[in-house]
Amino acid sequence: MTLKDATAIVGIGRTPFAKHLAEDERTLACRAVLAALDDAGIAPDEVDALASYTMEETDEVELAKAVGLGDLTFFSKVGYGGGGSCATVAHLAAAIASGQATVGVAWRSRKRGSGPRPWTNTTVQLPTPAQWTRPFGLLRPADEIAMLTRRYMHEYGATRDHLFNVALACRNRANQNPAAIMYDRPLTREMYMTSRWISEPLCLFDNCLETDGALACVLVGRERARDCPNTPVYVHSAAQGLPAQHHGMVNYWNDDPLTGPAWTAARHLWKNADFTPQDVDVAQIYDAFTALVPLSLEGYGFCERGEGGSFTEGGALEIGGRLPINTGGGGLSEAYVHGFNLIDEGVRQLRGTSTAQVPDATTCLVTAGEGVPTSALLLTNRS
Amino acid sequence: MLEPVRDATGAPFWQYAARGELRVQACADCGELRFPPRPCCPHCRSFEAEWRPVSGRGRIWSYVVPHPPLLPDYAARAPYNVIVVELEEAPRIRLVGNLVAAAGAALDSLDPGRIRIGARVHVVFSDGLPQWVPA
Ligand SMILES: [Zn+2]
Repeated sequence: MTLKDATAIVGIGRTPFAKHLAEDERTLACRAVLAALDDAGIAPDEVDALASYTMEETDEVELAKAVGLGDLTFFSKVGYGGGGSCATVAHLAAAIASGQATVGVAWRSRKRGSGPRPWTNTTVQLPTPAQWTRPFGLLRPADEIAMLTRRYMHEYGATRDHLFNVALACRNRANQNPAAIMYDRPLTREMYMTSRWISEPLCLFDNCLETDGALACVLVGRERARDCPNTPVYVHSAAQGLPAQHHGMVNYWNDDPLTGPAWTAARHLWKNADFTPQDVDVAQIYDAFTALVPLSLEGYGFCERGEGGSFTEGGALEIGGRLPINTGGGGLSEAYVHGFNLIDEGVRQLRGTSTAQVPDATTCLVTAGEGVPTSALLLTNRS
Repeated sequence: MLEPVRDATGAPFWQYAARGELRVQACADCGELRFPPRPCCPHCRSFEAEWRPVSGRGRIWSYVVPHPPLLPDYAARAPYNVIVVELEEAPRIRLVGNLVAAAGAALDSLDPGRIRIGARVHVVFSDGLPQWVPA
């Protein structure tokens, strides 16, 4: 049995994105899931599989009762925050391909005001070993990733302009996407270079948004997918990645901290694919911080190690460039929903319905968070 | 300021630090140093460990300068520095800490503009916490 093209995403759905939405997470989750099922033309009572993040506040029982799902025979939750986004789809694909279920829904619903924000609470331990970092004032994810970013810039000569290129590409795509939080807010180099620091060398625009919102997608087997109203978007390859001796966002404690989970996920992803990084038309790369993008470009094989910064030069990440990324605006400029909007945007590109459409796109890489145990998907509309 | 939230495996590090000693967990069978401490050696799978004294000399591997929003005690000191130090005798053992002007000085006591990757530092102790000063 192989996962290759055995399943397809046939429905996507989302709520509006905003800094604050009035409805609670459970209601938002219900709305996104029902929208995705409606998009797929599949009745809720046909759903027999669910997948989400361990950090998801709405559990399967609540969701299934509320929207009237059928009997569930597979349900899975993936850990490590934004590292789990693509794995939710991967788990459903594996379940459907192996006969454990037939119709799967993956979802993420988030409100800024609830759920774990461990760095604001002195009594809660981060999953990383807090005793070795927090007393010294390394408190937030931004601080932890800034440490790797500084080392990365030092070793390879990457610059703030390279990070700006990432922020700008995401913002430019958001400026084309009416659903994006930053739709009407252009970004300039001047704004970037003079913005306030969050944790040097990362400034305000290197950090993702804080967003309320929910998204979902629907996965079925390839035969069933052909009967659905939208172009099937096949899961061509899927991978999770937790490298030997990896240490999460404080990955300072192994031989080679600047090669992270992306490298591990990529090896498995490409091993099972019929195409190569050079064949990828568009990518949705997890961007909680700009610096994760150059690392991911290296890890997923778009350039050599240390070249992720220079890869971003010359408009490479823009529409028409070598690798257009985050065409809905990404976590930096569309919405930060732990990467689920990147999955749905990947589907939109392969349906030809993105607000920043890459002409004739047939392949899309979607990645989850680099810097934590991660996951990735290769999607295609060819089969 | 936050106190280290200790666990059983890491507790000896803090007990030695309270005496002004920097020690790193090592495998008592194959001798491999490991950090952060954990129950078992990933090289030989031994559960026997010892705490080996190290020189306290090292080099700055990387550093950040956090700015608010931060927990109140840290916001009051921001911008301050946090450094990662690789130990002289075991560069793959890296400790997170603060570069300060002198033992007991606050974590904003040194101009962040003076910090350089590769700079030599050595350990001092204040209230049971290791700190680092320029060597
Ligand atoms: Zn050993």
